[in-house]
Amino acid sequence: MLDLKMSYFLFSLLTIFCVGSIVGMIISKNQAYNALLLVLSFASLGGIFGLLDAPFIAVVQIIIYAGAIMVLFIFVIMMINLKEPLPPERKRWTLYLSGILAIVLLLEFFLALKNTFNVSTLVEGERLSSPTELGRLLFTKYLWPFEITSILIIASLVGAIVLVKKKGK
Amino acid sequence: MIPISFFLLLSGVLFVLGVITFFVKKDLITMFMAIEVMLNASNLALVSFSRLSNSLDGQVIVFFIITVAAAEAAVGLAIILLIFKQRKTIKPEDLNLMKG
Amino acid sequence: MTEYFWLIPFFPVLSTFILAIFGRSLSKKYVSFQACFAVFISFIISLISFIGLLYSGSHGPLIKNLFSWIKVGSFEANFSLQLDRLSILMALVVTGVGFLIHVYSVGYMANDRDYTRYFTYLNLFVFAMLILVMASNLILMFVGWEGVGLCSYLLIGFWFEKHSAANAGKKAFIVNRIGDAGFLLGIFFIILNVGSVEFEAINKTLDAGTMSSAMITLIAILLFVGATGKSAQIPLYIWLPDAMEGPTPVSALIHAATMVTAGVYMVSRMNLLYVSSQTAALVVGLVGALTAVFAATMALTQNDIKRVLAYSTISQIGYMFMGCGVGAFSAGMFHLYTHAFFKSLLFLAAGSVMHSLSGELDMRKMGGLKKYLPLTYPTFLIGAIAIAGVPFLSGFFSKDAILTSAFGKGHYLIWSLGILGAVLTAFYMFRLIFLTFHGEERIDPKAKEHLHESPLVMTAPLIILAIFSVISGYVGIPVVFGEKLNLFESFLEPVIQIPHEIHLGLKMEWILILISVVVALTGIYIAFSFYIRNPKIPHRLVAKFPKVYTLISNKYYVDEIYNGLFVNPVVKGSELVYENFDLSVIDATVNKTGSTTNSIGKALSYIQTGLIKDYALVFFIGAVIFIGIIIL
Repeated sequence: MLDLKMSYFLFSLLTIFCVGSIVGMIISKNQAYNALLLVLSFASLGGIFGLLDAPFIAVVQIIIYAGAIMVLFIFVIMMINLKEPLPPERKRWTLYLSGILAIVLLLEFFLALKNTFNVSTLVEGERLSSPTELGRLLFTKYLWPFEITSILIIASLVGAIVLVKKKGK
Repeated sequence: MIPISFFLLLSGVLFVLGVITFFVKKDLITMFMAIEVMLNASNLALVSFSRLSNSLDGQVIVFFIITVAAAEAAVGLAIILLIFKQRKTIKPEDLNLMKG
Repeated sequence: MTEYFWLIPFFPVLSTFILAIFGRSLSKKYVSFQACFAVFISFIISLISFIGLLYSGSHGPLIKNLFSWIKVGSFEANFSLQLDRLSILMALVVTGVGFLIHVYSVGYMANDRDYTRYFTYLNLFVFAMLILVMASNLILMFVGWEGVGLCSYLLIGFWFEKHSAANAGKKAFIVNRIGDAGFLLGIFFIILNVGSVEFEAINKTLDAGTMSSAMITLIAILLFVGATGKSAQIPLYIWLPDAMEGPTPVSALIHAATMVTAGVYMVSRMNLLYVSSQTAALVVGLVGALTAVFAATMALTQNDIKRVLAYSTISQIGYMFMGCGVGAFSAGMFHLYTHAFFKSLLFLAAGSVMHSLSGELDMRKMGGLKKYLPLTYPTFLIGAIAIAGVPFLSGFFSKDAILTSAFGKGHYLIWSLGILGAVLTAFYMFRLIFLTFHGEERIDPKAKEHLHESPLVMTAPLIILAIFSVISGYVGIPVVFGEKLNLFESFLEPVIQIPHEIHLGLKMEWILILISVVVALTGIYIAFSFYIRNPKIPHRLVAKFPKVYTLISNKYYVDEIYNGLFVNPVVKGSELVYENFDLSVIDATVNKTGSTTNSIGKALSYIQTGLIKDYALVFFIGAVIFIGIIIL
């Protein structure tokens, strides 16, 4: 489909957007900005899913994550209408510890993957993952989790409503 | 064409970034967003492995993860709303009733 | 008829258990019945076994192994009882006199609120004593030995709320225990040298002559140390006078008839041991003789009826050891047997006097009781005559047997000490009689109002014991009246060998008997003149020798010496150890452990800050470590 050069280009672009928006999220102090940056991140992630031959998942990601969840976030940010920026907190020692550990984790990942960087070929999979195939799997092998998840969704729905209900109703 | 390890490394980077965001930020909402980032990182890893092993199981799992993340986001945001209503703050340092 | 002899200890212990467990809900009447009946059955079985033994004519012991107890390598000690002439004699004495004392106690303790507890302990005592005398090996005998020690502690301190009683109980047990240390050492040496503790095995080894005489002497003396503790001889007699704090029937049973004689029984049982070692036998004889005189002197100045009798017991047991020491074991046992009757009679009668005077024991507050106590007085008198050694009563025969053997074997010093003791015995016994029953009345008026003779349940045993005090001597008629009339000696012959015949010649024997009689009558006469004819004499004597009098009446200050030499250092030492080791080391360690745990807990609680970021950090640390382990 895509030739090598194109794939690399797309990959780099999407990576930059993804990582960049997360970094921006760290820097920015405004929650609304953070939410929007996150949307950008999710969208680029959707693109990456596409690169990985998973079109269904890509679309689901965009619709649900970027579409539904982030909208929820924005609603809540609007309701919590914080005007003043938050005062800076004292830097506790746990902050530095977490920073160091994060870098350690990164190094660990690097270590884990260091031998595989020269494996330059992906497994060539001819079969495109179509919704049909996914659906077949969903309704045979993963039927049981499928049904349970539906119950889970109802439960969370009810739970969220009960939580914010006004008393005395 | 692109080596899988790039995707996996990206997933790792995303995860670490999510962790850093979680520990650095001072407002609850952004911390919650960081959790979503971490979930997405794992989604990415799963899809990559699914591609590697040429089976669709990874993608089905991702499907479920996304669903559950949505449900969890709903409930979590409801809780954050309630906290704000009660304590008029979304700074996590003020929520230390479980101290000691 | 002898097959069931092993049931003899069974009934008292069964009764003990029933009383201990169900005692609270049983009526007083039933308790009295069961306790007395249990001992009575034991007596009947003993009697049957005795008759069976007589008729079977067998000489070796009949041993019944009830169950296997200790088995270590080649050494074993079992719970096995043996029936032979010596043990059945003791069993008869224990159960017979014990039964009479149980009956007496029904009356004496009738108003006591701890009635059931008393009989529980009393039955337990009978059981332990039976185990002691019927054991076929030293270790089981030691079990009974300790058991009677325990029961004496329980019964002496029966009225434990009274400080003096509780202390007396403790003193008895502790002094006993010191003697038992020697006893145990003796047992250990026997195990080392013989390999077994069965009496048969020990005797076989002694016969074979394989043990060195130094070892035999050592063992004999060590065992005798235990006997001095249990039988209240010098130096461990101090507990017996204090033991009078217990109820009077207890004194009669434990301290007169049975427990204190356990030492004599032990020495007789091990007679081969003492015969094999001249030194040990001499030690036994001398200690016995010295104790006999020493205790008799202390009895002269006591004013408490029971104390006089207590010192008298110590003195009489000295006589028994005298007999054993000179090799006349059967004479010692004979005196044990007659002494059981008249001493328990004396104690029970004293209890009767006390009962009628509502608890008065001081002889200075008595006098002239003869006409008020028509049953107690004659029986008391019979007991006193018997112990003084007046002819034709039991005491005469047994004391004479001992003194004659001592003289005949050439132990003239021991014999003279015995004669001296006889004078003193007669004197102090009749001093007691005259002060209590004769002369002017010095009774407290309040007590006089309630003065009454004791009920039948108390006087009946007195009468029975009085009869036995008279007739029991006739089984041991000495040689002067005819050959082979000493049934007692021939009965015990299979168990106690008589190594050398005493050839004194009839004339010498008659002279010795005459001397004993004269001595006894002299003592009585002196007492008569001191207390009846001219009551001022004792006071004048005291005035003339005040220092001697104080020394003796304070019991030669032995208790004080012991206190200073032994008791106080131990108490001070243990206080020191307590402060410097127990409190500061052991308690400190335990407390430190507690407080350390506390501080660790406090320190760890700082982790729980309540902030979700910190909890998430902990997760993260764990995750990193985990992934690190997987990767590496």
